[in-house]
Amino acid sequence: MTEMPRESVGLVTPHTAHFDDPLELACGKTLPAYDLVYETYGTLNAERSNAVLICHALSGHHHAAGFHSPEDRKPGWWDAHIGPGKSIDTERFFVVSLNNLGGCHGSTGPTSLNPETGEPWGPDFPMMTVLDWVHSQARLADRLGIQRFAAIIGGSLGGMQVLQWALTYPDRIAHAGVIAATPKLSAQNIAFNEVARQAIRSDPDFYDGHYADHDTLPRRGLKLARMVGHITYLSEDAMGSKFGRDLRSADLNFGYGVEFQVESYLRHQGDTFSSSFDAHTYLLMTKALDYFDPAANYGGDLAAAVAPASCPFLVISFSSDWRFPPSRSRELVNALIRAGKSVSYANIDSPHGHDAFLLPEPRYQAVFAAFMERVAHDQGLEDRS
Amino acid sequence: MMRTDLKLIYDWVPQGARLLDLGCGDGALLATLARDKNVTGYGLEIDPEGITRCLARGVNVIEQNLDDGLANFEDDACDLVVMTQALQALRRPDRMLDEMLRVAEECIITFPNFAYWRHRVYLGLRGYMPVSKSLPYAWYDTPNIHLSTFNDFEHLCRQKDLVIVDRAVGAGDYRDHWASRLWPNLLGEIAIFRVTRRSNTRQGVKPFG
Repeated sequence: MTEMPRESVGLVTPHTAHFDDPLELACGKTLPAYDLVYETYGTLNAERSNAVLICHALSGHHHAAGFHSPEDRKPGWWDAHIGPGKSIDTERFFVVSLNNLGGCHGSTGPTSLNPETGEPWGPDFPMMTVLDWVHSQARLADRLGIQRFAAIIGGSLGGMQVLQWALTYPDRIAHAGVIAATPKLSAQNIAFNEVARQAIRSDPDFYDGHYADHDTLPRRGLKLARMVGHITYLSEDAMGSKFGRDLRSADLNFGYGVEFQVESYLRHQGDTFSSSFDAHTYLLMTKALDYFDPAANYGGDLAAAVAPASCPFLVISFSSDWRFPPSRSRELVNALIRAGKSVSYANIDSPHGHDAFLLPEPRYQAVFAAFMERVAHDQGLEDRS
Repeated sequence: MMRTDLKLIYDWVPQGARLLDLGCGDGALLATLARDKNVTGYGLEIDPEGITRCLARGVNVIEQNLDDGLANFEDDACDLVVMTQALQALRRPDRMLDEMLRVAEECIITFPNFAYWRHRVYLGLRGYMPVSKSLPYAWYDTPNIHLSTFNDFEHLCRQKDLVIVDRAVGAGDYRDHWASRLWPNLLGEIAIFRVTRRSNTRQGVKPFG
């Protein structure tokens, strides 16, 4: 990269916030102290009324927009929607994006040192839930002097955190953006997660989670897990139009090497991921997904579960998403309607499956931008023009 | 500037009502009612541009096809259901009427009156399917698959034992003329009906004929 794109937040530097107040977790354990790595884009106004929190998905992290160095080939994972003039306009909003606890990008997680042993946590790192993350995010907000977010927005697992925010801290969230999410995983969703976990845990290099002691990584398992996961992020049509039955070479070679382009693509995705992501983090994030079910404490009545929420919601789904299909978003929307909450819903026509929430698409952007326009209006933010 | 039929509906909606607007378009009615009359509720729409404009003005809008019904709304979920200029485009207008009066006690419905005199001239004298301000499409590309008249709709309400609380003429040459009160089926381009379930004790208006 030679020059920053005009609609980019430009070069950004991650920050680390250290917390010494123990965090009690849903699993019954306590994190005695922890770090949260985060980035911010834009400027917090004097009234502190323009803060937007971004919640990341399974393999996401704090680097949502901009570049860490001029040599970076790719910007942050949600750069399509965060920046000057973009849906989440950094000329207006102060955006906070963090790496969740249990992650492997700098926040306290399985690769961090356990203060009690002086060794990396590894398999002993406590199981995290969406609720735990939301509590930790609230503490980060306290640290940054943000009493109430103008909006909290997230896709997929990030959307679940947004929903949890609206239920747990209703007076600290003014607007909720829940994108390509679900109020709970289906049996099929959990089944896919379990295949991914078994791929990792059955890798001989996993060593019951003590792979660090053996100076190795369960690369093959993590690669398989990612390959399975990746299939569920794309739609059949998207895969078909991208790869079809295209071959790597001119002829079939009647062997088990890579023959079809889609095989090559999946292996490449798996390889890249397995050398940059921690297996424990992957295991833990999939469990957090499985556990999420705010209606569970209300006999499965989601409308009763969302009763504490007081902010307007925008729920977005994508037509070809079969991981968390539109019907799952409608489940949430209908519960919010039953509970008499403020909610809007758009189902974006997209061929890109679950991954569509990460990509730019004209209607998605129009819906997103219109919602943020409303957020700005409700928060009394000056028009940028 | 609000559409003529919307202006009339605006007057009919009580203060603080919970309202469901079927085919809410750009959300103008809901936004105005929320501002002036403290009305809350939802709009249903499938047009992407309408949905975006609703979002920008802070109207709760749900992307939902009316032909899929209103199963996601509970019985008596709101005070009033409004449907403007959508009845004639539905697969089963009669079932929608049932649904509307399940979700609320009262509904307001507007639709183009096929028996409007200009439409009669088109069909009766010239022998063509009517094209007008209220029916701007050609026969082959029209979304209006269930056109009806003032009389037809009254007939349906009577069959369903519903009470017509009020009716009006929303547009046309004689909109404010005494004659359109007398002969709405001939002189009204847009039909506006305010209908409730029989259980309601309110006195209905006398049917036309």
